[in-house]
Amino acid sequence: MRMIGAIRCVLTRDLLLALRRPSDVATALLFFVIVASLFPLGVGAEPNQLRAIAPGVIWVSALLSSMLSLARLFAADHADGTLEQLLLGAAPLGVVAAAKVTAHWLVAGLPLVAIAPVIALQYDLPATLYGTLALSLLLGTPVLSLIGAIGAALTLGLRGGGVLLALLVLPLYVPVLIFGAGSVDMASAGLSPAGQLQLLGALLVVSAAFAPWAIATALRISTE
Amino acid sequence: MLEASDLELERGGRRLFRSLSLALAGGELLRVAGANGSGKTTLLKILCGLLSPQAGEVRWEGTPIRLLREEFSKQLLYLGHAPAVKDELTAAENLSIACTLAGVTASEQSVREALDAYGLPRMDVPVRSLSQGQRRRAALARLLLSAAVPLWLLDEPFTALDAKAARFTSELIAQHVARGGAAVYTTHQDAAIGAAVARVIELE
Repeated sequence: MRMIGAIRCVLTRDLLLALRRPSDVATALLFFVIVASLFPLGVGAEPNQLRAIAPGVIWVSALLSSMLSLARLFAADHADGTLEQLLLGAAPLGVVAAAKVTAHWLVAGLPLVAIAPVIALQYDLPATLYGTLALSLLLGTPVLSLIGAIGAALTLGLRGGGVLLALLVLPLYVPVLIFGAGSVDMASAGLSPAGQLQLLGALLVVSAAFAPWAIATALRISTE
Repeated sequence: MLEASDLELERGGRRLFRSLSLALAGGELLRVAGANGSGKTTLLKILCGLLSPQAGEVRWEGTPIRLLREEFSKQLLYLGHAPAVKDELTAAENLSIACTLAGVTASEQSVREALDAYGLPRMDVPVRSLSQGQRRRAALARLLLSAAVPLWLLDEPFTALDAKAARFTSELIAQHVARGGAAVYTTHQDAAIGAAVARVIELE
């Protein structure tokens, strides 16, 4: 009961904070839209080429956008001392970390899933692929939040932490990128994307099970 | 209740303390005194388990606190150097969140009363627009809701407070000790806490 109370408390707290400071949410989303919109301008408006690069570009933009919002995940709490109170909470730290990551995904990941079809429109991606694209992002973006949060916890309070975070986390994002963009490529080639999506699902299950405890340990180490 | 034995800590190549031992029973008050940079905050962080000492250990009812983790956290109230309030939230939201996380049940009514007792204005404004002293009060209002928590660890509870609020805070600490709770606080002023007699640890 106490654990559920703590999860609900952290979730509402972080969502309320995001609501009171909407610019943070808007920044990550706008970044995603702008990066994904720059490619057609640079590559040229050849429809076949655009269709071919669309899944990769959308996925890379999602990675970078999730990266951008991660740096603040624990840094703000660390600065005002509320992180200490989270560390000394009555619920296990792993549970608190899971709730924080969930809130981060709801604020920074889910909007990407919703807006991806609009971006896909720019690339003239066939409407039949929207489902696969959205599903792959729906399964993949929580993994990005979970893995990224480990990096954010490890680099907490370090000078130049933002760059270090990118160096640490982006290589770990590679499997998500490959399976995520791969699933849309498969679907566009007329094959079943089920295999790739299942692998993404497996990544999600594994990271949801282990990442919260890794985040908790990383937080304890970096606050020492 | 709380025991620490042979604590040793080095920070930035300087030894802050070594073979420091202390024991605290219910109804006892301990003041940690010392100059700036003498390790008062560090000692408090070790006592609540946020830092681990290089040597020695802290025990709660005989069990090392690193084995207890959340079980120990439930028994203590730690108020650190920073007020630990979120600028974007109101004082009432901050207080009720802090209590829920600490496993203390606080109704909306009791949260309101605690804030009133600390003289915070009845306005639903974000803490950002409050003064430093009012922020501190918003954090300290947790003391009023934490009567059931046996161990209080307070880092500089009187900073930024006016005379009246400081007196009120020290009364709350005295009441807590009188009901059989234990409290450790740091300060560099020699402030007396009600009728309770504080033992003093002086750090060099």
